[in-house]
Amino acid sequence: MFSRIFKYLPFFSDAEVPYTVAARPDTGLYNAKLGIWLFLASEVMLFGGLFSAYIFLRIGAEPGYWPSGLLNVPVGTANTAVLIASSVTVVLAWAALKMRQLAKYKFYMAITILCGVFFLAVKLSYEWPAKFNHFGVFVRQSAASKYDEFLGNKHLSETGQAPRWEISGHLLDAPKGSPYADQAHHNAEHFAHETHRHDAVTEADDDYVIQLDPVNADPDSKENDRPHFLPRPLSSKLAVIKAADVESASTFAPRHSTYFATYFLITGLHGLHVLGGILVFLYLWLPIKGGTKLYQSNPEHLANRVEIAGLFWHFVDLVWIFVFPIFYLL
Amino acid sequence: MSLKAFHIFFILVSIVFAAGLSAWAFKTGASDALGFVSGASSLLLLVYGMAFLRKARSIIT
Repeated sequence: MFSRIFKYLPFFSDAEVPYTVAARPDTGLYNAKLGIWLFLASEVMLFGGLFSAYIFLRIGAEPGYWPSGLLNVPVGTANTAVLIASSVTVVLAWAALKMRQLAKYKFYMAITILCGVFFLAVKLSYEWPAKFNHFGVFVRQSAASKYDEFLGNKHLSETGQAPRWEISGHLLDAPKGSPYADQAHHNAEHFAHETHRHDAVTEADDDYVIQLDPVNADPDSKENDRPHFLPRPLSSKLAVIKAADVESASTFAPRHSTYFATYFLITGLHGLHVLGGILVFLYLWLPIKGGTKLYQSNPEHLANRVEIAGLFWHFVDLVWIFVFPIFYLL
Repeated sequence: MSLKAFHIFFILVSIVFAAGLSAWAFKTGASDALGFVSGASSLLLLVYGMAFLRKARSIIT
């Protein structure tokens, strides 16, 4: 049965696929190029819809409920530079194939793959885990005056800025039964080890204790009125917040806010595209039938495959150039 | 559109991005160093783009 199915799938059979090298007379393009542009058109609609959702969610957010300055700008900038560099190397790899320089092609393609792997590794091993260990508590507006030493809303009101309702940092103690109790316990042990202080855990069963971010440790400081390129370290100041005064509390995960929901959705989807690009590049780089072995029989066909993969990679990098400023800078 | 043309478009967008990042860094006071580095990157990308245009014309059709 499988052989019957496979005979219609050119990938698994020896059937001749037309117009892989020469342009098809009616379209003026080889088939794969037409295919990739149709695919990229659908991708524009996919990411366009998500970016539109981001814009409308941001415009519709209540004042003080759209965070900023929570992402690591140097890391994001470095990752952007890596992706731009990978777009250059993939074009150099393609140009090398066009000039029939296989060794150069392999070299530039290897660099492109490494750039993609570096991007994903940074995202998955550093950026995302750092967010999952950061905690934010949105205080009820009716109780906000009790916590103004951490929110600084008097200062924000005097300077004409949006109010702040969130107190964030590392969670050191959580109310009884909280799903974050283990994380809090781990952080509290680390805090005690680092500072030799043992006031991070309270007697009460309904307290959140948070080791504060600089923005909440000194909320009236003018330093908080501007963005910072380098992330600022946590302060040693603690905030104790009653569970009854809390509107919502979460790590910086998708459930934290629409900001993080859209951040993880768009960067996650983008990351999947980067992974897909890496896998295709690996296929074209390895000495297998569809990869560099193809160079021996039909180098132009391999060059066309690399061009198609390169077009996809450029699109993925272009998406990131829009993602970076809207999430990290604005 | 070929990879060559898309690459030129991509480099143009990258130049605008780097210049924008430089403007953001200076205007908000986030970091002067970032402003200088991204401004220099913008110029570097411009030089690369022009060199690519010149060279690609002769080797890639």
